Amino acid sequence: MAAVKDANGAAPIRVSVRSKVFPAVGDREAQLVLKDVSFEVAPRSFVVVTGPSGCGKSTLLNIIAGLDRDYQGSVDLGPAKDRLAFIFQTPRLLPWRTVYENIALALPDGDPRHAKIPAMLEDVGLSQAKNAYPERLSLGMQRRAALARGFILEPEILLMDEPFVSLDDPTAVSLRSLLTDLWHSHPTTVIFVTHDRAEAIQLGTRILRLAPGKASVVQDVTINLTEAQRHDRAAVLAEQNRIFAA
Amino acid sequence: MAGSLLALAVLWQLIAVYAQNKYLPTPLTVFDVLWREGANGDLWKHTSATLARVAVAFVVSMFIGTVIGLVLGRYHTADKFFDAWLILFLNLPALVTITLCYIWFGLTDAAAITAVALNKIPNVAVNMREGARSLSKDFDEMAQVYKFGWWKTLRHVTLPQLTPFFAAAARSGLALVWKIVLVVEAFGRSSGVGYRLSIAFQEFDVSTILAYALAFILIVQIIEFAVLQPLQSRVNTWRR
Repeated sequence: MAAVKDANGAAPIRVSVRSKVFPAVGDREAQLVLKDVSFEVAPRSFVVVTGPSGCGKSTLLNIIAGLDRDYQGSVDLGPAKDRLAFIFQTPRLLPWRTVYENIALALPDGDPRHAKIPAMLEDVGLSQAKNAYPERLSLGMQRRAALARGFILEPEILLMDEPFVSLDDPTAVSLRSLLTDLWHSHPTTVIFVTHDRAEAIQLGTRILRLAPGKASVVQDVTINLTEAQRHDRAAVLAEQNRIFAA
Repeated sequence: MAGSLLALAVLWQLIAVYAQNKYLPTPLTVFDVLWREGANGDLWKHTSATLARVAVAFVVSMFIGTVIGLVLGRYHTADKFFDAWLILFLNLPALVTITLCYIWFGLTDAAAITAVALNKIPNVAVNMREGARSLSKDFDEMAQVYKFGWWKTLRHVTLPQLTPFFAAAARSGLALVWKIVLVVEAFGRSSGVGYRLSIAFQEFDVSTILAYALAFILIVQIIEFAVLQPLQSRVNTWRR
């Protein structure tokens, strides 16, 4: 299993967006959202894309996911493109399907991975809630279900668009550590968008900073933290200062 | 509710007794006629004929109207082109479609049902177009990323979003369809409640008119409470 995954995931992801423009609508002028954003992502790395609101982070993810094809440039996901999961800013669970059904729907009918759903529900702490409808759950639990839906695919690429916003602190902390655990047990290439600097440092192995206005990458650094240091507030803060001071 | 209907019946009885007019029978007379028609089998013959036409016309118009509405709601160019057609058919009087269908296709059940469907389809289409326009782009993207394919998307993403619109179209549809079915029966069929009413009209037989009206209102109420409402609450279990 591991050998097969390695062979599949060996090629890096290449993203090269020369320009992405939002066309003019009504009174609003056309807007250049992304310009010359090019980078490669090594397999199994956890890249955090960060920058202020409106700098084009989400647009970049949509382009990588193939949801937005109206841009100049190219995205090469290699063989991994058939195993892509996307965890959105809102959970986007179907409210008329139960938690279990929402996760099962991400898999093709008759896929052997269906057998792994109960264990996945256990991992994200939703075994009790598997037959509940999403709107009856807290936002934190809905986000857990969205994580389960993403990871049940055993994706080669996992795109995440600020998946932990609008949560209270303790819930966000527990979800981040859940994500870290899931990532360690199901290694995959992650591109994670956030505007939260501490979150970026704590989770990522590498940071890409986008700047507003310039709409391009201003900084590309590796995060040098051990697993233990990631749980140490002082170490995270020191690394945050090192990176964002530049 | 039962109390207020009973009060209406009592009021009617009092007015009828006071008026002493053969064109305003008392509720008791009407029930007598209902009983007689039930006993001699006419009531069942005519109501079942009407119900069959209502059922076919309802299913046909819901299906075609839904398909048209979805296409118009999803494809902007189609919507722009066919919008004028839709308004034209929405405003076409029922009487015109009925007479034309009978003239063109003959005095047959097929013509009768076509006429009813033509009256109802634009209505369903307008409702479902609104539904299709309000479909969530977020869910579409989710379905695309997780490779649902068209059938899974239709069944698990699109149709559940459309159920409220479908339910609204169905409930207003049933009311409209059965009223128009009576008209087409009065015009060109020799069975059904509409036909029976037209005979009663020729004889100025108000008791029979009221008896059949009552019977049919009762049936439609039963369908509403026993079929449509439970169905709607079943598809809504997920709501908070």
